[in-house]
Amino acid sequence: MSSEKKHIQAPFDDITARSLKAGDQVLISGTIIAARDAAHKRMTEALDRGEKLPVDLKNAVIYYVGPSPAKPNTPIGSAGPTTSGRMDSYTPKLIEQGLKGMIGKGYRKEEVVDAMKKHGVPYLVAIGGAGALIAKSIKKYTVLAYEDLGAEAIAALEVENFPAIVAIDCEGNNYYEQGQAPYRKTSL
Amino acid sequence: MKELDANIIIKAVKKLCIDACCHLPSDVYQKMSDCKELEESPSAKIILSDIMENAQIAHNEEVPICQDTGLTVVFVEIGQDLHITGNLEEAINEGVRQGYTDGYLRKSMVFEPLFERKNTKDNSPAIIHYKLVQGDKINIKLAPKGAGSENKSTVKMLIPADGIEGVKKFVLETVLAAGPNSCPPLVVGVGIGGSMEMAALNSKKACIRDIETKNADPRYAQLEEELLLMINKTGIGPQGLGGTTTALKVHVEWYPTHIAMLPVAVNINCHAARHAHIEL
Repeated sequence: MSSEKKHIQAPFDDITARSLKAGDQVLISGTIIAARDAAHKRMTEALDRGEKLPVDLKNAVIYYVGPSPAKPNTPIGSAGPTTSGRMDSYTPKLIEQGLKGMIGKGYRKEEVVDAMKKHGVPYLVAIGGAGALIAKSIKKYTVLAYEDLGAEAIAALEVENFPAIVAIDCEGNNYYEQGQAPYRKTSL
Repeated sequence: MKELDANIIIKAVKKLCIDACCHLPSDVYQKMSDCKELEESPSAKIILSDIMENAQIAHNEEVPICQDTGLTVVFVEIGQDLHITGNLEEAINEGVRQGYTDGYLRKSMVFEPLFERKNTKDNSPAIIHYKLVQGDKINIKLAPKGAGSENKSTVKMLIPADGIEGVKKFVLETVLAAGPNSCPPLVVGVGIGGSMEMAALNSKKACIRDIETKNADPRYAQLEEELLLMINKTGIGPQGLGGTTTALKVHVEWYPTHIAMLPVAVNINCHAARHAHIEL
């Protein structure tokens, strides 16, 4: 993992997306989109019916999160990442819609990595179970669509120095593999 | 016979929900600190520091350690000489409703699992396990459990010939499959013996045992040590990004079993090894 933290802006442009390398530590500022299981299912079903998505995904960065409710006078409750793998079956379709980055936790399927390489999309991870810490970097939470889904609604998150690590870059380099290899002392 | 008003249980469960979700048990925090000192990867040390900082923020501000405040698992031990005035199960569920609503905890329960999956909007019902014991007290242990780690838990019906090596192999397979998804460093609970459901229940009990305890049987205590060493050689590390701290602790619980059986269950807990308990 790089010791220096790169400051980057979201949404991602192509140059930003391609500049990120597996193992980079980044601090993201700008706007990211909260969406997880139920929202992914609905967006994919809308696309299958030939409908327009309720949010424009061009250059968007999706954060897989379902926050806990905000206490009074705070923008959001705890807001750590959820497991990305549950979104795998929906992700290639959203990448085709212009999605330019994803933040979650855990491994991704090969089909997702193939789509990432093809369209120049990096996959970042935030520290799972560090929702109280991560929430400090979220300044505003605004529901954009599917409000009935509660914590699973699609929302815009205004972030300042949101901490993340590049797990899989646009070339398919995988920091899970690179990071684990030196400490693996058993034949698996 | 001692009487206890169910309203007292509502209040107690409400508080347990908030306490468990927002305040990491101090022994778990201390264990994390000890493991950080031993961790070989500099990057992993940073991640462990962040996880500890998160626990401190959650504690100081009384916000959830993790946004997935889980389904609410409750272990109840009721003394046979205690009479509860009112409906015990309803009291527990009402405590969960009040705790999750007033404590700003996330409601994650869907009422029916397959067809509609509609959120109950108050995190009820709890998953409740009762045990009748001697005495006139009630002991309530509440352990919220998130999906990231519960989804990676497993049970397998081994056969006696699989033996100790079979158990180790199955535990390792489970931890490898969990990888980063279950938010390591993990607390791993292993249930051995009994029937399929008894092994699963024991694996859950093992998960929420106090972190510095070991199995009373030295052979099983030794197995706990060996499993921990084995898991920490996988290289998975904190958050799966590499390191020597894949698990903080492994706990084993066992039960008598059938001559032809060796059931094994592995319950994975994330680093937010949340639990709180009260005796009334």
